[in-house]
Amino acid sequence: MSDTTNIDKKRSLVTLLMLLPSTIWYLLLLVLPLIFVLVFSFGERGAAGGYVPAFTFDNYLNLMTRFKAFTNTLTLAPIGTLSCMVIAYPLAYYLAVVADKKVRLLLLVLVIVPFWTSLLIRTYAWIYVLGGQGLPRLLDFIGIEGVRLANSPTAVLIGIIYIYLPLMVFPIYVSLEKLDVRLLEASYDLGVPPFKTFLKVTLPLSIPGLATGSMIVFILLMGEFLIPAMLGGGKVFFIGNALVDTYLQSRNWPFGSAMAMSLVFIMLVTVTIYMRFMLKKGIGRDDVSIM
Amino acid sequence: MSKKDDSPITSKQFMKELHRYKNGSVTRRHFLGVTGLGTAMAVMAGTVPGLFPSIANAGNLGTRLNFATWPNYQDNDNLAKFTEMTGVHINLSVFGSNEEMLAKLQAGGTGWDVFVPTNYTISTYSDLELVEPLDLSKLPNFNPTTNEERFMQEGSINGNTYAVPKNWGTTGFVNNTAKTGTNMTSWKEFWEGSMDKYSGRTIVHDYQLTTIGNALVYFGHSFNSVDEAELAQAEKLLIDVKPHLFAITSDYQPGMRNEDAWLSMCWTGDGKQLNTDKPEIEFVLGKEGGEIWSDFYAIPKGAPNLEAAYAFINFMQSPAVNAKECLAHGYPLVDSRATDLLPKSVKNDPILYPAAELLSTLEFGAAATLTNPLRAEVMARFKSA
Repeated sequence: MSDTTNIDKKRSLVTLLMLLPSTIWYLLLLVLPLIFVLVFSFGERGAAGGYVPAFTFDNYLNLMTRFKAFTNTLTLAPIGTLSCMVIAYPLAYYLAVVADKKVRLLLLVLVIVPFWTSLLIRTYAWIYVLGGQGLPRLLDFIGIEGVRLANSPTAVLIGIIYIYLPLMVFPIYVSLEKLDVRLLEASYDLGVPPFKTFLKVTLPLSIPGLATGSMIVFILLMGEFLIPAMLGGGKVFFIGNALVDTYLQSRNWPFGSAMAMSLVFIMLVTVTIYMRFMLKKGIGRDDVSIM
Repeated sequence: MSKKDDSPITSKQFMKELHRYKNGSVTRRHFLGVTGLGTAMAVMAGTVPGLFPSIANAGNLGTRLNFATWPNYQDNDNLAKFTEMTGVHINLSVFGSNEEMLAKLQAGGTGWDVFVPTNYTISTYSDLELVEPLDLSKLPNFNPTTNEERFMQEGSINGNTYAVPKNWGTTGFVNNTAKTGTNMTSWKEFWEGSMDKYSGRTIVHDYQLTTIGNALVYFGHSFNSVDEAELAQAEKLLIDVKPHLFAITSDYQPGMRNEDAWLSMCWTGDGKQLNTDKPEIEFVLGKEGGEIWSDFYAIPKGAPNLEAAYAFINFMQSPAVNAKECLAHGYPLVDSRATDLLPKSVKNDPILYPAAELLSTLEFGAAATLTNPLRAEVMARFKSA
């Protein structure tokens, strides 16, 4: 009897030791900074900028002056996620189900290759592609005149899809690749036509991949600032851009902190609603974390 | 094109050669030969002692220097030369505004050794004790008597020198005359044209000082106003203009070059670079006013490589190095010893050295604008409108 308690004790000690690094990591690098941000958000801006201790709700009451940044983010992030999903699914399906092994490997490498070049450089390249001497000129040449793409919400959306597509392709690909072909065969044997088989078998089984992919893309998009800054020309403003401005230009840390806290809050709410919705679709909690 | 006897090469030809050289189309030898710089340098090296850089004490400088500066604002050959002479590698970081530099220094831990503050910010840096008072005995190449007083004065506070001059310049705007079909002289044309004929074709800086300042001068107010009512007028104009803008960015050369934008707020050097490559782009100083400025070299408190920082600033103050800087980026010089080395065509260039009456309406940025919460908020509201 004492033997088993000893073993239990040892086990729990080992568990504790193994969890310790990640616990300390989270406390020091996530919880603690968040507490700082929360405290700052009730403070006041110093004379030359920065933070002065105070207790005021002014920063939160001022949030409406950044309304456009919130609405821009909350429209373009979901639209971007959805567009990525629609484009990534056929691609992932082709990779996982249709393509033969040799081609598949090559195509997978091609999906990864853009990551070898800096995000900044790739986004910068789009400035020229979407600029007056790029795509619009080509359109002009074939008779579609007066198209202006640079520094518009469309440009930002194109950038978003381009940059985030691989992040959506891979989770979907993984969930489709695991698909048991026998299930499809069974479906065909029972006389279900291919399209219906896709809707009833393939699609539901790939929902974990869709859920993971869209979660990754959506969460990153909500904090995005580089793409709108470069392809939106400072006109299509995200919360991320408003944050950078408030900290680095206005040096108004308390107001920036209030903005950051409200972004965290919005994320918690939307992600919770989204996960609830996905779970309701009959997917187990464990499946969602696949990747 | 005919050459006059006293100017062996025109400024246009010079910049063209410079670009060819920078692009690697021609060799250094060709460049120095065709521009006459090679001969000039060789002659001067023999006759003027102290003209060319020498590094005292080169052994103890360490191997690294962190230099925070503005975009397109240095001669890479000069930096390479410094590394060659000292073994100190220069780690360059580029910033978009003084506000951002201040924010980084306030937050601490930048690791910068040398940075480039603009005139109106230095008093704030010294108040906040973020800059090192300079030991001028370590900067023998800096000569206060040959530097123009109005561009140098804000570097010194209460008898302490915190910063020595780098370059000066102006903030006006560029106008692609081929697209707008007209020459311009005023901010009135800039703002009203932006909302009318040139809708969708204008860029303003992502920088409170110049964007708000140039809106203020349109109403006849001071470029530096922090008056609430006057700022409200400027904010209204900016928000009215916003739907007509092509972009809010301080990186305006790409937009102007590929003709997406026809008008842009612009600093001297960028104006020179654009005008050289596309002569139809003119650089305009608005007759209502605008900004004249000077930039400095300074050392932040706690710079990790202090000796290297002094050696670098001293190197950059030597007239030959300084003159080369100007030829590379097109911003005018503060030190007359260096200006004297410039080709006549550059010294007479109306973009680099505008006529005195055009400069007379311009204002130096005021310290208050840097820390004023109202101006910061007007800019932030304009951007997220």
